[in-house]
Amino acid sequence: MKRWYMLTVVGRDQPGIVAALADALFRAGVNLGEASMVRLGGSFTIMLMVETERDASAIRTILDPAGRSLGLNMHVDLIDAQLHSHVEPNVRVTVYGADRPGIVAQVTAALASRGFNILDLESDVAGTREQPIYVMTIDGHSAESATAIEKLLLPLREKGVEVGAEPLETLVG
Amino acid sequence: MAVREVLHYPDIRLKQVSVPVSSFDQALREFLCDLEDTMRASPGCVGLAAPQVNYFQRIVIVDVSGKPGIAHNGRMLLVNPEVVSREGEAVGREGCLSVPDYTGNVARAERICVRAQDGNGEWREYRCEGYEARAVLHEIDHLDGLLFLDRLVSKRELFRRKAYRT
Repeated sequence: MKRWYMLTVVGRDQPGIVAALADALFRAGVNLGEASMVRLGGSFTIMLMVETERDASAIRTILDPAGRSLGLNMHVDLIDAQLHSHVEPNVRVTVYGADRPGIVAQVTAALASRGFNILDLESDVAGTREQPIYVMTIDGHSAESATAIEKLLLPLREKGVEVGAEPLETLVG
Repeated sequence: MAVREVLHYPDIRLKQVSVPVSSFDQALREFLCDLEDTMRASPGCVGLAAPQVNYFQRIVIVDVSGKPGIAHNGRMLLVNPEVVSREGEAVGREGCLSVPDYTGNVARAERICVRAQDGNGEWREYRCEGYEARAVLHEIDHLDGLLFLDRLVSKRELFRRKAYRT
């Protein structure tokens, strides 16, 4: 029986990582599902759903040659796939400011206190080495309105962090 | 009065270009009723284009009047629609009855002027903005064999565009 696994990969960024892994998986008959792959700092990171009749250690063996030659750290977990049941985000939270400790902890603690479910979080450290700025976008599902979420986050503005929440409306046509 | 079956991508018929409507007859009026019935049968659906129901003529319906607090023209039945002018650009989330379980960010004009015939062949002009403009442009794309999948922009792109504008 085929089962789904989550493959996690981290390594120094260089051309050819995705091609080498995808080729090894394809040759072994492993099916690919949803993925998030992005360069964070100087590292390339992969979260990739893979489907196969083999077990987790067999997947690691399939990827081992490519992983060794490219210096990748890899991890495989059995998962419940839940494909074809995307949850639509209805609120976007944007945060930016001078980088300082605790921004993420404070924003997400406030969101979690209202049952806000984070579906997608992206953040970047921008600016210069001397004056870094932190930029974060969170798309999530909230039972409360964007206005209520923004009000919840307003106290953070007094600490010099720009925060905002806006409704995400998905057009269906 | 009938709800028609909606084609789902990867059905390649969705990529074909529709032809202009030439006869404004009873068959057309019946089709317009079916198109509206099919749109109304899907909760939250604000527009539908003829090719989505396997009818390859240049016809779309848009009705965003159910969304609170936005400008709209009510129910718009657009036959042989042409976008006369476009202004501005905004990124928003779109999904499609013909592309189940996927949504993405698409950049569209913020304000448009559209010229189209009604069910009797009379030409009319509509000014649309925001959400309604997005819906009209999404539907007209179907007439040219284009899906929102052809116009996706990334979320990072979205933040950059937004940061530039303010």
